[in-house]
Amino acid sequence: MPVLSVRDLSVRAGDLPLVHGVSFDLSAGERVGLIGESGSGKSLTALAVMGLLGKGLTAQGQVLFEGQDLMSTTEKRRCQLRGNGLSMVFQEPMTALNPTMRVGRQIGEVLRVHRNLGKRAAREQARGLMERVDIPDPVHYERHYPHQLSGGQRQRIMLAMATACEPSVILADEPTTALDVTVQSRMLELMRKLVAEQNSALLLITHDLAVVSEMSDRILTMYGGHIVESGSTKSLLDHPRHPYTSALVATSNAVTVDSKAPAGALPMIEGSVPATGQFPTGCPFRDRCPRADEKCAVMPPLEPLGDQVVACWHPVPENAGDPASRVGA
Amino acid sequence: MIRFTARRLAIVIASLFASTLIVFAILAVLPGSTAQVILGTQATPDSVRALNQQLGLDKPLWQQYGNWLQQLVTGNLGTSYISQQQIGEQITQALRVTGPLVLFGMLIGLAIAFPAGIIGALRSGQRSGALVGAASQVGIAIPTFVGGILLIIIFPVKLHLLPASGFPGWSNPGQAIESLILPAVTLGLVEGAIISRYVRASISEVLQSDYLRTARAKGLTPGQALRRHGLRNALIPIVTVVGLELTGLIIGAIVVENVFTLPGLGQLLLQSVANRDLLMVRDIVMIVAAAVLIINMLVDLSYRVLDPRVMSRV
Amino acid sequence: MSEGAVALTLEPEGVSLGRADDQSLRRRWAASPSALIGLILVLLVFVTALISLVWTPYPPLAVDPAHNLSGMSSSHLLGTDQYGRDVLSRVMSSAQITVYAGALAVFIAALIGIPAGLYAAWRGGAPGEAVLRLADLIYAFPALLAAITLSAAIGASTTTAMIAIGIAYTPVFIRVTRSNALLVLSSEYILAARSYGRRPLAIMRRHVLPNISATIIIQMTLLFSLAILAEAALDYLGLGTNPPTASWGNMLQDSQNYLNKDVMLSVWPGVAIFLTVLGSNLLGDGLGDVFDPRRKR
Repeated sequence: MPVLSVRDLSVRAGDLPLVHGVSFDLSAGERVGLIGESGSGKSLTALAVMGLLGKGLTAQGQVLFEGQDLMSTTEKRRCQLRGNGLSMVFQEPMTALNPTMRVGRQIGEVLRVHRNLGKRAAREQARGLMERVDIPDPVHYERHYPHQLSGGQRQRIMLAMATACEPSVILADEPTTALDVTVQSRMLELMRKLVAEQNSALLLITHDLAVVSEMSDRILTMYGGHIVESGSTKSLLDHPRHPYTSALVATSNAVTVDSKAPAGALPMIEGSVPATGQFPTGCPFRDRCPRADEKCAVMPPLEPLGDQVVACWHPVPENAGDPASRVGA
Repeated sequence: MIRFTARRLAIVIASLFASTLIVFAILAVLPGSTAQVILGTQATPDSVRALNQQLGLDKPLWQQYGNWLQQLVTGNLGTSYISQQQIGEQITQALRVTGPLVLFGMLIGLAIAFPAGIIGALRSGQRSGALVGAASQVGIAIPTFVGGILLIIIFPVKLHLLPASGFPGWSNPGQAIESLILPAVTLGLVEGAIISRYVRASISEVLQSDYLRTARAKGLTPGQALRRHGLRNALIPIVTVVGLELTGLIIGAIVVENVFTLPGLGQLLLQSVANRDLLMVRDIVMIVAAAVLIINMLVDLSYRVLDPRVMSRV
Repeated sequence: MSEGAVALTLEPEGVSLGRADDQSLRRRWAASPSALIGLILVLLVFVTALISLVWTPYPPLAVDPAHNLSGMSSSHLLGTDQYGRDVLSRVMSSAQITVYAGALAVFIAALIGIPAGLYAAWRGGAPGEAVLRLADLIYAFPALLAAITLSAAIGASTTTAMIAIGIAYTPVFIRVTRSNALLVLSSEYILAARSYGRRPLAIMRRHVLPNISATIIIQMTLLFSLAILAEAALDYLGLGTNPPTASWGNMLQDSQNYLNKDVMLSVWPGVAIFLTVLGSNLLGDGLGDVFDPRRKR
């Protein structure tokens, strides 16, 4: 049974739909990547699951956490679960940490809220948590303010906070995007270790395919507020069936060193992500899609196709060869 | 921090010194001799000369300036040639009215500004939030003397409540406080309107901050998140404004004391101007300027204590 | 909001008048009701001042002891004061003093502050720093106190008071001009203009001033409100406009002695000051939205 089951989750800003009926499951110990360009609704989905959408945004649908629907429960219950049953790691650790509170206290606060620990006990445990995220000498560093730490250290503090109560579900929103490349892999390694130790389910939001291919068991592709494709990491990256995933993979392969793409022709996804509310009706990708026709004016349903589930009237054939050659530049 | 404090102190002393020069220059060098101004245009040259001698105004300017500096530093300000009283004594007396007035005014102002600003921020986009915003806009546009006269019309004149003017002295604390209520409310209403706008802006910014969202993601309720993480961050810019407004209040008190005929520093200053007691004017102006400069320094220092980011940069 | 929704435009932070066509500028005025209300109130004061130059119901200085403190009536719409002078006429002609005082203070502050700010931005280094330190020094000295001191020294008058107020607010212009000019000066086309030897004054006139004019106009509007507030306070204290010339401030001072007889004598000049200050505040705050729609939240 999945620990987190999202059913038909929609987010809208007033009348403007931003996320359209998204559904997915996370099981204990499972690592799932949620990919797509910025503006595709990934972060909104995660925030809606947490119940932390900003002012003016509303969510509908079901978010079943261990069988309980968070959308219909009380705010008090949601507070008890946040940081405890399910937690979130944000993209920008500089602004996501309180600039005027020492980091030791910021970690300890989670334990004080959920474990009813006193000041001293929380500090003790926070030190342990800092060691666990590879911050040496916690007695020294606990008295630092966020601005006195490096970007990598700050994100470790975020991770220590998010994992303090051993939550069943961790939502990580671009956790390494703001970090130096050299720090990124160590950070990912650390996340993988912690998630495995706690048997948590991880939803890893990123636009970086290299990160998901390394980190996740399964991948969901989002575009224009829809999940357009999902499948196991290997099959989805090897044989993307949705033209959008295919284009993402092609773009990504082209910039990696061992690219087989023909020299000089850097594949790109034509056009750019439209502004919110500017997506075409029907399939949101159809104005950028080389395979689109009149049929795409109606949104295709998500249907099983080979090893994946795809929402496309004209999916990419399975044996289309190297993905890079499939999308015109 | 110590180095910063020392540097800031040095700047204040330099500014104080510069202020004495400016004040001295305005009052001593500008047209006509001080004695001439005091005695008026009908004075005979003999009487002008006599008064100049008596006040030490026949000495060279640098010597006069030196004497004044010495008086300021030692606190022995000499005798007023108009009232024949000790200037220092009169100023101390006046401060016993102005000090409490400014303090009460600020307390009332804060008591208005914080609830109004917080409501304005939390309810922005709603009717109550817009109402608070409009009220503060109106409050800012009412000058203290207009507001004071309005309060006099409402309370003493129409409702026969509270005294409209005068001050019985601190020997009767009850009546003394009673006569400070309307002046303090006048100052507090205006200051409250001004400060509430900064409180609202500051809280709004904090409400949209990433770290407040993080606090909520940790499981804090909206109220807990705002109290534990929001307030201190919101307070940092507010402290600056409150400090600066404290100096605004001191200036406002000069006007309000004249609305309610309170024997404070403002009234003393205005009387001295009217009586051409220029040496008294000089001293009062310097004392107010010094208060403003020192408050500004304290605001700067407290800002550094509150915000760890600034402190480590120094 | 969602990530991709925000369009970032990298431009100097100061608002710019832009080359917006009249139509869109008019639409922005309509979209900012507070700016529009402010504009109407300020125009009302200016128009009243102009009208009072050629016509008031009675001469504002005409004394009529037989009909003093008459209260509101059909012959004296707002009543008469203790000397029997017509209050409406005096309220109207006071608008002249207000406009004169506000304009004079703004003119002085801008005349000194803008060139000084441009100089500090252009030169930088020690001379620029010196200008800023001097600005700080002046700024620490409260404006009203400066005006009182100057009045004590050379005698009270509207002009004296506003010279002091204008000088006291010069630092605001220095700072705003400098920081906005710095942004413009660091842009690439200025670097280009500098590199092929354009004269500083030409660059200032052709590139910098047009780009910072909106910000400066907003500051002028806000200073206008501060100046008329200070002027009214000084008049009320007896340190500004000399009687018998009418000003809202000295009318208030006079009327306070007759609160038991006619409360409205205090209300009219009070309302006039309030509406004028409110108007220029709303205009100043709202102009930011009118000039730069991006700033609107």
